[in-house]
Amino acid sequence: MLKYYSASQWTLIWWRFKRHRAAMLASLVLGLMALAGVFAEFVAPYGPVARDTSYIEGPPQLPRFCDQNGCSLRPFINGSKTERDPVTLRAISVPDPEVRHYIGFFVKGDAVKVLGFIPTERHLIGLQDTEQKIHFWGTDDLGRDVFSRTVYATRTSLSIGVIGVLISFVLALIIGGVAGYFSGLVDSVVQRVTEVIRVVPIIPLYMGLAAAMPKEWSTTQVYFAMTLILGLFGWPTLARRIRSQLLSIRYEDYVVAARLSGAKAGRIISQHMLPSFTSFIIVDLVISFPYMILSETALSFVGLGLRPPSVSWGVLLQQAQSVRAIEQTPWLFIPAIFVVTAVLAFTVIGDGLRDAADPYAEAK
Amino acid sequence: MLRFTAERLIGMMITMLLVSIMVFAIMEIPPGDYADRYAFRKYSGTGVNVTAADVEAIRVELGLDRPMLVRYFDWISGIVLRGDFGQAFAFETSVTKVIGDKVWLTTGILFATLILTYLISIPIGIYAAVRRGSAVDYGLTAFSYMGLALPNFLLALVMMYFANLWFGADIGGLFSKEYQNAPWSLARVWDMLKHLWLPAVVLAWSAVAYQIQTVRATMSDELNKLSVTAARARGVPEKKLLLKYPARLAINPVVSTIGFDVNRIFSELPIVAVVLGLTELGELLLKAYLDLDMNVAGAILLMLTFAIVFMNFLSDLLLAWLDPRIKLGTT
Repeated sequence: MLKYYSASQWTLIWWRFKRHRAAMLASLVLGLMALAGVFAEFVAPYGPVARDTSYIEGPPQLPRFCDQNGCSLRPFINGSKTERDPVTLRAISVPDPEVRHYIGFFVKGDAVKVLGFIPTERHLIGLQDTEQKIHFWGTDDLGRDVFSRTVYATRTSLSIGVIGVLISFVLALIIGGVAGYFSGLVDSVVQRVTEVIRVVPIIPLYMGLAAAMPKEWSTTQVYFAMTLILGLFGWPTLARRIRSQLLSIRYEDYVVAARLSGAKAGRIISQHMLPSFTSFIIVDLVISFPYMILSETALSFVGLGLRPPSVSWGVLLQQAQSVRAIEQTPWLFIPAIFVVTAVLAFTVIGDGLRDAADPYAEAK
Repeated sequence: MLRFTAERLIGMMITMLLVSIMVFAIMEIPPGDYADRYAFRKYSGTGVNVTAADVEAIRVELGLDRPMLVRYFDWISGIVLRGDFGQAFAFETSVTKVIGDKVWLTTGILFATLILTYLISIPIGIYAAVRRGSAVDYGLTAFSYMGLALPNFLLALVMMYFANLWFGADIGGLFSKEYQNAPWSLARVWDMLKHLWLPAVVLAWSAVAYQIQTVRATMSDELNKLSVTAARARGVPEKKLLLKYPARLAINPVVSTIGFDVNRIFSELPIVAVVLGLTELGELLLKAYLDLDMNVAGAILLMLTFAIVFMNFLSDLLLAWLDPRIKLGTT
């Protein structure tokens, strides 16, 4: 008996996407980042504002397998002891090669609630000796663990991107849909407004709205206000795309047929027209992520976005704002690597998706 | 051409009008108004008890109690007719005074960046298209990814760090110490030019990455055209052929996106200016926002946006001149 296999459009896209190695790698990296962000309480050994006063502005502590007393299969770090700097007499911590603290997985630590409701005392990684602390990426001027803070910041920055993109997506659907479907006067008005928003430099515009946030707002209020601000002005590019696509298929037979059968505008747009270019919309959404993340980072970096004690990549980078800071505490610059990696990953995935979604790509 | 220019000119005017409404709306958003802040600033620490009536009196005196529409027309007509942007709050002087010659510094930075962008991206984009698939081509693709991924302000920090390491000199800012507050002179201009390269490189970073890709893509398309094949068949030397046909057309998309580049540069300017310590409009804008000095902020936002709209207009005209098909509306 003959067996027929047919692959849906989405299966085809997935097959093509799988062959794009860079995009697969980028998805993996981004997936790991997202996981770390979602389970930040579990992944981070310490809380975002927990202070370790015995290790202020301390450099990263790299796990090692060997020291002068021999090697061990289990990674460890050497302990530290406080000494006076011979010149400035300032208290500085120096490594103490005689003491070893072993690193373990699923170690006991502070009691936290993952995602706010799953209580646990275990943390993914940390020191077996609960009295001691390890700072993989060093600490800042208040002795806060840069690694833990970066993990929490990943949650904030990525989630702001997601919510911002969703808001602008909904707005783009409505605005682009109305303009493209009804055309005529409605379209001209929408086009004018879009033009005006596109012409104002976006970061100064965001800055103006962010500056208006009352100083007494709580961190949660500021967080949601930020997503709203980013979302409210992120729609023009996508709305244009939706509009032009809708305009180009307005008189296709199947659309006219639906209209003649008396279907309502909303139904025609959502059921008949949008599915024909969903893949393009997804590509555009993925590509608009970097702009959201970069805008949030830039705003927080200059003190107009999220404010401490919130942690986001931008807030963390505020501490690395001067050349002096980079010279003395270069590890505070580590969150920048996350920004660059996330943006790069989104861009590569967007490119991979675009190639995969293009049904004529095979011919090349 | 005259008709085309007139049409674009009217379009520009309408956009500017709408932009001014939007900027005015942004100026109005922060809670409290100029009168509140004025009263707070004037009397805080003096021990004088300020009542709501006092604030109201200031409000009436400054004309802030009038309806929004009236205030908008007051504001915009002041700008259009007298070049008066109102009072700067933090410095207790007029906005025009606060801004002063910063407009020219920003203009200098803008043009230095634009020139640098096109000087680098056009030749390299053409080269990458001609040598498609070569190592250079792949290297440039990788670079343009970084152009988007590495935010300008981080690049600025990194460059400051290395410049500090290698030259050991203080390279931030727009002027050396001795020229910081000096009156304009040839020596001061020369000093500024010496400092301009760093902001120009930092701001051109992402624009270059983007434009190289644009030029490369158009050039690749043009290279496959029959006109190129025909010219090659006629025996036109390769170099001359490249410049005469495809390269000429590959510049068009660059010209059409000049306004877009200006927009990007202005968008990144405030933050880069803070990192590099540039005392120009972007930095002042950020400061005004932080102080909620909305008259200054609004004036600068309006200037930057008008500049972008104007550059869009210029690029439309330039493009119509380069590519006559555009005027006729056939493309």
